[in-house]
Amino acid sequence: MSMIVSSIGQGLLWATLGVALFLTFRILDFPDMTVEGTFPLGAATAVMAISHGMGPLTASLLAFAAGAVTGLVTGLLYTKGKVPILLAGILVMTACLSINLRIMGGSSNVSLLGKTTLFSAPFLQSLPKYFDSVFVGLVVISVITVLLIVFLQTNLGQAFIVTGDNREMARSIGINTDNMTIMGLMVSNGIIGLGGALIAQNNGYADVSMGIGIIVIALASIIIGEVVFGELTLNQRLVAVTLGSILYQFVRLLVLQLGFNTNDMNLLSALILAICLMLPQFSKALHLNNVLKKGVARYDEN
Amino acid sequence: MMKTSTPLLSLENIVTKVNTGTPNEVMILRHLNLNIYDGDFITVLGSNGAGKSTLFNTISGELPVADGSIKLRDQDITHLSVEKRTAFLARVFQDPKMGTAPRMTVAENLLLASQRGKRRTLRLRHLKQHMAHFKELTATMDNNGLADRLNTATENLSGGQRQALSFLMATEQRPDLLLLDEHTAALDPKTSEQLMQQTNQRVTQEKLTCLMITHHLDDALKYGNRLIVLDQGQIKFDVRDAEKAQLTKEQLLSFFDTIE
Repeated sequence: MSMIVSSIGQGLLWATLGVALFLTFRILDFPDMTVEGTFPLGAATAVMAISHGMGPLTASLLAFAAGAVTGLVTGLLYTKGKVPILLAGILVMTACLSINLRIMGGSSNVSLLGKTTLFSAPFLQSLPKYFDSVFVGLVVISVITVLLIVFLQTNLGQAFIVTGDNREMARSIGINTDNMTIMGLMVSNGIIGLGGALIAQNNGYADVSMGIGIIVIALASIIIGEVVFGELTLNQRLVAVTLGSILYQFVRLLVLQLGFNTNDMNLLSALILAICLMLPQFSKALHLNNVLKKGVARYDEN
Repeated sequence: MMKTSTPLLSLENIVTKVNTGTPNEVMILRHLNLNIYDGDFITVLGSNGAGKSTLFNTISGELPVADGSIKLRDQDITHLSVEKRTAFLARVFQDPKMGTAPRMTVAENLLLASQRGKRRTLRLRHLKQHMAHFKELTATMDNNGLADRLNTATENLSGGQRQALSFLMATEQRPDLLLLDEHTAALDPKTSEQLMQQTNQRVTQEKLTCLMITHHLDDALKYGNRLIVLDQGQIKFDVRDAEKAQLTKEQLLSFFDTIE
């Protein structure tokens, strides 16, 4: 039981990454590799700030700001420098590796042992084991999701969506698509930085290598949500990302129970994502939809 | 033929090049001069490569000018960005896919276009408040079914519906200048004819100033109060009003023979 609660908690915390990546991967319609650098950057920023006596909430917001700056750099490289987006992301991600080591004073792992984090509040300590991460995760992801849903309903949010949908047309009605792209990258990477701060505080340390493979985890939550829940409105899809993230943690739990260890997780994550991405092809080839429909249809419908 | 009032838009001595600075540098518009007056409905003819699309891209700011100047009334807009020019300029493209956002609904597209050229803020969009107006607006493009599909994603519309929508989006917020780039060319003859008539009706009723590229000599003669022919990056033929009304297809064809 506690394993399940732990998975839900992790799913909620990691959902920040899925929701952030949704803004670039699904709305702006390109893969942003920066996130693999932004995530440990957020973690490093928050952990070092807390170690130096900053309050955990302020430190987490600082991590958001640090993430937004990396998004700004990627955005400028892409829109003004005309560097292809994939390469722009990889460049900034690589640069972050050095920057993160600088921030962490040259050590590859910094512990938060004995420091006050978001999870040290007396109220959270009084909860049963793992319920603290469920609570914090739920609050953070709810706030982020609601803010994004409201934002996407504003005129600016609509201009942001149309930029990803049809750049030419967006320009032809006077939308500055470069600015929209940069804004999307900043907000997305800001949220990733915040996610890094949360997960570092939950783990009790920041590690320079903690960003490896996270883009696959974030994509997996998006894709699992889409595969499981099917046709949804934009707002529902944002919520589906969080549910997808929790489902991903369940799959992870299952895989670990099967005897694999955490070192195998990157391979397995990639495998899960690859299968989900190929699912439409499989279902076409194998007529899975028909089989599934027949399986749930009443006998007189066949 | 010449008017003495201030033109709405004037292109002076415009030179536009592509592949600038490379061995493949080509001059497309060659010292082109054009004055567009308020209420002009100009049909633009010319063979492929004559510079028609380049002319539109120059006016809209997509292509930078190498030489010459563009003036909107008395204001120099030669170096104004594409986004800023949309405050007075609207455009309908030939490709139905280009003018609308595919995953957004008809109403969402109309709402986005109603703010053409304005600053987008964090104000809520209030889509519902606009629905009645959009229903009326789409109903003016009669019998193509757009009015019943306000909540449909535009990717699920027919090409004719999409072009009708693109046209509405370009004109719902009155532009000072409307550019129609063969906007009926991708449609079947019947739909094309229908959109052409609706275009003519709206442009003349609202007294819009409009440039329309077409390859149909009949359309070029039938619609508008002015006709220009582009050839090798220059305007070789420019007639208006009574003179245009008297122009025949034969005269136009024989003119095309002389420039080839």
